[in-house]
Amino acid sequence: MKPAPFDYRRPETVAEAVAALAGEPNAKVLAGGQSLVPLLSMRLAAPAMLVDINAIPGLDTIAVESDDRDGGVRVGALARHSAVLASDDVRRVQPLVTMALSHVAHATIRNRGTTVGSLVHADAAAEMPVVLTLLGGSVDVEGPGGRRTIPASELYVGPLESSVGHDEVAVSAYFPGLAPGAGVAFEEIARRHGDYALVGAAALVDGETVRVGYLSVSDVPAVVDLTGVADADLGEAALAQLEPLDDIHATADYRAQLVRVLTGRVVRSARQHAQREGAQ
Amino acid sequence: MSEELHDLRVTVNGATHDIRVPARRLLSDALRHDLGLTGTHVGCEHGVCGACTILVDGAPTRACLMFAVSAQGAEITTVEGLTNADGSLGPVQQAFAECHGLQCGFCTPGFLTTITAGLRDNPRPTHEEARDMVAGNLCRCTGYQNIVKAVERAAEIQANA
Ligand SMILES: Cc1cc2nc3c(=O)[nH]c(=O)nc-3n(C[C@H](O)[C@H](O)[C@H](O)COP(=O)(O)OP(=O)(O)OC[C@H]3O[C@@H](n4cnc5c(N)ncnc54)[C@H](O)[C@@H]3O)c2cc1C
Ligand code: FES
Ligand code: FES
Repeated sequence: MKPAPFDYRRPETVAEAVAALAGEPNAKVLAGGQSLVPLLSMRLAAPAMLVDINAIPGLDTIAVESDDRDGGVRVGALARHSAVLASDDVRRVQPLVTMALSHVAHATIRNRGTTVGSLVHADAAAEMPVVLTLLGGSVDVEGPGGRRTIPASELYVGPLESSVGHDEVAVSAYFPGLAPGAGVAFEEIARRHGDYALVGAAALVDGETVRVGYLSVSDVPAVVDLTGVADADLGEAALAQLEPLDDIHATADYRAQLVRVLTGRVVRSARQHAQREGAQ
Repeated sequence: MSEELHDLRVTVNGATHDIRVPARRLLSDALRHDLGLTGTHVGCEHGVCGACTILVDGAPTRACLMFAVSAQGAEITTVEGLTNADGSLGPVQQAFAECHGLQCGFCTPGFLTTITAGLRDNPRPTHEEARDMVAGNLCRCTGYQNIVKAVERAAEIQANA
């Protein structure tokens, strides 16, 4: 249970980090380490080099972009889950981020793990990739060719695989704000509080539009459009667009049942949220 | 191949240490093997059990999920740093003794550090908050009830101090 040897770099600028990654094809970025270190300890991964970004100043920002079209919030690569969860700005501008983060692991893991790291790690059982996909957010990355923005719809390409290049550093993520009158909600079912969910669902209700994103159902974040579906049919309508997976944690049938239950519940609670927001 | 060693300065329980470690040395191992502070226990070594929890710049952190090299310049508190200045038991330790909050004691260091930080941030937790404070730590012996009592008792001891 000890990691294999690796070279270690601790750059102080993003440019240095990119240069280090470019010089070693088998290098990996180390952010909070809350997913990477277990993989190394179990020797499921053995990169030749780790590029620790924790000493780069200025990456831990959480900023509201009020001049932006949809007035969202930008989270830097070193903003810990705990800081994003505690941010009043985040809660006000996009409460779905706060709702979902409270389900990410335990407080101690959140003290070190980063929200951007979780987005890039691309675990289909993780909460934040689904939130980013449902909201239509994006991740900014910096590589040898400069900076580019990857929309969430192009970020998740396969199980644990994102479209961030091996020589790119994700510098921030952008979560669009909640439109006036819209509502959001998050629900999940896990064996124990703090565990990865067996199935989780995030809903966005905006006027007539109803969209729901699922974690732990497919091997990438899955979003379905349920606009115009009668309340009683929500679960079946969602299942018609999904193919729940079988694994050691749950059978496909059980996951389908959880989708039925959670879809109605999360849409109802997003509608209530929209009403409360509208009443204010 | 000889592994490259890195010079590292960390402050642990108020004392500054300079050590040389390979990059892959987990912080939990650096504390136990390089510094001889065996109070920090190692259970699962992948972040699940909480036995290795220490405070890094005040925040509860899994020592098994950090490389020692990443702790460069950090202020660390381990269970050894929770006693009072005169060597007597600190409030959380005292509460565990009074409430029978441990049996084998393997999980205890992680609970003590977690609760110490938890009560610093929330000195008067409700019963629910006291339970939530220890939700990320596993104990195979006690059944948790006495640990939750110890959280509440520690809050009392601190309030009366
Ligand atoms: C016990 C336990 C329970 C957990 N439960 C949950 C849970 O319920 N839900 C959940 O979502 N997560 C959970 N996690 C994972 C946690 O949220 C991690 O913090 C997160 O997945 C990864 O963030 P990190 O900063 O720790 O990334 P790291 O572990 O440092 O990196 C993860 C991967 O992303 C890459 N990476 C990270 N940051 C960047 C960057 N800026 N640029 C380029 N590449 C980057 C790394 O190279 C690596 O491949 C749990 C972890 C543990 C140990
Ligand atoms: S040993 Fe670190 S969490 Fe179990
Ligand atoms: S007292 Fe034995 S594991 Fe907790």
